[in-house]
Amino acid sequence: MGGIPHDHYEPKSGIEKWVDSRLPVIGLLYDTLMIPTPKNLNWMWIWGIVLTFTLALQIATGVVLVMHYTPHVDMAFASVEHIMRDVNGGHMIRYFHMNGASLFFVAVYAHMFRGLYYGSYKAPREITWIIGMLIFLLMMGTAFMGYVLPWGQMSFHGTAVITGLFGAIPFIGESVQTWLLGASAVGQPALNRFFSLHYLLPFVIAGLVIVHIWAFHTTGNNNPTGVEVRRTSKAEAEKDTLPFWPYFVIKDLFALAVILAVFMAVVGFMPNYLGHPDNYVEANALVTPSHIVPEWYFLPFYAILRAFDNTVWVVIFAEWISFGIIDAKFFGVLAMFGAIAVMALVPWLDTSSVRSGRYRPMFKWWFAVLVVDFVVLMWAGAMPAEGIYPIIALIGATYWFAYFLVILPLLGVIEKPMTPPATIEDDFNAHYGSKAASGSSAASPAE
Amino acid sequence: MLWDGQMPPKFGVEKVSNPEDHQGTRRDFIYYATAGAGAVVTGAAVWPLVNQMNPSADVLALASIRVPVEGVEPGTQLTVLWQGKPVFIRHRTGAEIQEAKAQDAEADTFIDSLARNENLPETADALDENRVMPSPEGEGDGAWIVQMGVCTHLGCVPLGDGAGDFGGWFCPCHGSHYDLAGRIRKGPAPQNLDIPPARWVDATTIELG
Repeated sequence: MGGIPHDHYEPKSGIEKWVDSRLPVIGLLYDTLMIPTPKNLNWMWIWGIVLTFTLALQIATGVVLVMHYTPHVDMAFASVEHIMRDVNGGHMIRYFHMNGASLFFVAVYAHMFRGLYYGSYKAPREITWIIGMLIFLLMMGTAFMGYVLPWGQMSFHGTAVITGLFGAIPFIGESVQTWLLGASAVGQPALNRFFSLHYLLPFVIAGLVIVHIWAFHTTGNNNPTGVEVRRTSKAEAEKDTLPFWPYFVIKDLFALAVILAVFMAVVGFMPNYLGHPDNYVEANALVTPSHIVPEWYFLPFYAILRAFDNTVWVVIFAEWISFGIIDAKFFGVLAMFGAIAVMALVPWLDTSSVRSGRYRPMFKWWFAVLVVDFVVLMWAGAMPAEGIYPIIALIGATYWFAYFLVILPLLGVIEKPMTPPATIEDDFNAHYGSKAASGSSAASPAE
Repeated sequence: MLWDGQMPPKFGVEKVSNPEDHQGTRRDFIYYATAGAGAVVTGAAVWPLVNQMNPSADVLALASIRVPVEGVEPGTQLTVLWQGKPVFIRHRTGAEIQEAKAQDAEADTFIDSLARNENLPETADALDENRVMPSPEGEGDGAWIVQMGVCTHLGCVPLGDGAGDFGGWFCPCHGSHYDLAGRIRKGPAPQNLDIPPARWVDATTIELG
């Protein structure tokens, strides 16, 4: 795999040969686990393992929560309280699942911004990037539907607002919203189907994760230099790489242990810190909580949604040019989904010939501003939509689009990038000295 | 190419059809017919899976409800759930009616100039008389106003009983102010509160839907 020359699995014992000639599954696992991996990967390359672990954690805790949960408007809230108070260890299982969603998004945002900085999305890894964006969309859908299930006030009224986004689509919006909810308002049909989909989608994500891994195992990993592994011979490839097992597995597991220590502290000592107290009040269609806010991981996109009201000139222009079909509400919806769409298109928007941001002096700064912009949008999304906050959100949203649609295409033309090292080996030796390099290559199972 | 109507060649007599042969053959016809039938069958199989998500018969059966309102004194409001959404049924006092009519004079400052009343034509103006229900016998005009308790901005439930700068309703989510006839006067909401289909079945009962 990977076009990187390396040793393949050879069945040795009789039983291995027997299995391999019928189902080459051991060879598949061996090649997946032993894939040659650039030896200069830094600590930002640990998030894949964290994400894989979190997906498994969410599926495992989710499956057991379903054993005690009832997806009915009259019983859902009580069944969650039943989990919290009566089920053996139920409160911890639910807290793991609840905060697991946050861990999932911390890891996925770190993973995505890693890819954006080191140009991991660039040819030939576009499909890996696109699959990743699909996984991100499914994660958001799954997280949203999961948040509805406890049937608290935030669940209920948040659902009304989010499905209302689809209602903003011109002409067919109302039918789409009714179709999604199975009624004209949030109620039993919505709860029941969200429960079904919340159980289904993680397995779709798991399938896409396999495709994601398959794609980057075909192209090989990117690395902090963005320089490709040399592939002309096995000996040369081995100077640039080490096998995934054991070198990177152990490194990743160490990072996972550190991250899980923080996660356990949150789950154990402040399990509701990231939630909203309003969701511990049972859903009531007659009263809306005074301040509806989505969970933190949706806030940057929520801020973009709210940024475009009918006083912004682009919105007024869009409304005029479309004869009123695109109103402020629909424009906000388009902007929110557009913010994700421009990210998905980044392989074709970035025109630079140099892959890694490490060798792009101007890009570095624009990227740093993008990270700050993301945090500012997250903060603005949590604030009430009045006073200075909509203006901050509007500036943030503008920068987000400008980064992908204007800055990245132009930088490739304007910027004079530095010269990346010729090989991954050179980069590695520059950090650790050639002595360390020869030491580790002696330890690698080169034959 | 579709079948051209010619009979297929007979084995051993003429040339046998071949996938490499690009002239219209029976094989082409069978190919397109099978693909077409496959597409139709797939569509027919998927449609019930999509349609099952539309409102079910019992949900549709709740489309209309009857609300007894004899206990709703002037100056108070009853909130009922209709199709899962709150409906405000307000019995206005004489002073409220007068103020709402006085607010008609500010029509040129209205954000939404339409009545949004499902019982009237779509083009009806947002005048107080187009927003209220016809009164039952023995009661002055404009005593009853029935409207959806759903803010037209993002669907929160506004506060009533004189809340907001215009004496009507106020949405705490994003600060939309509605006047005594439920017209949006200030804030981000784009439309007046919707007025659902409503009628009197007798002097003390309103039917919604």
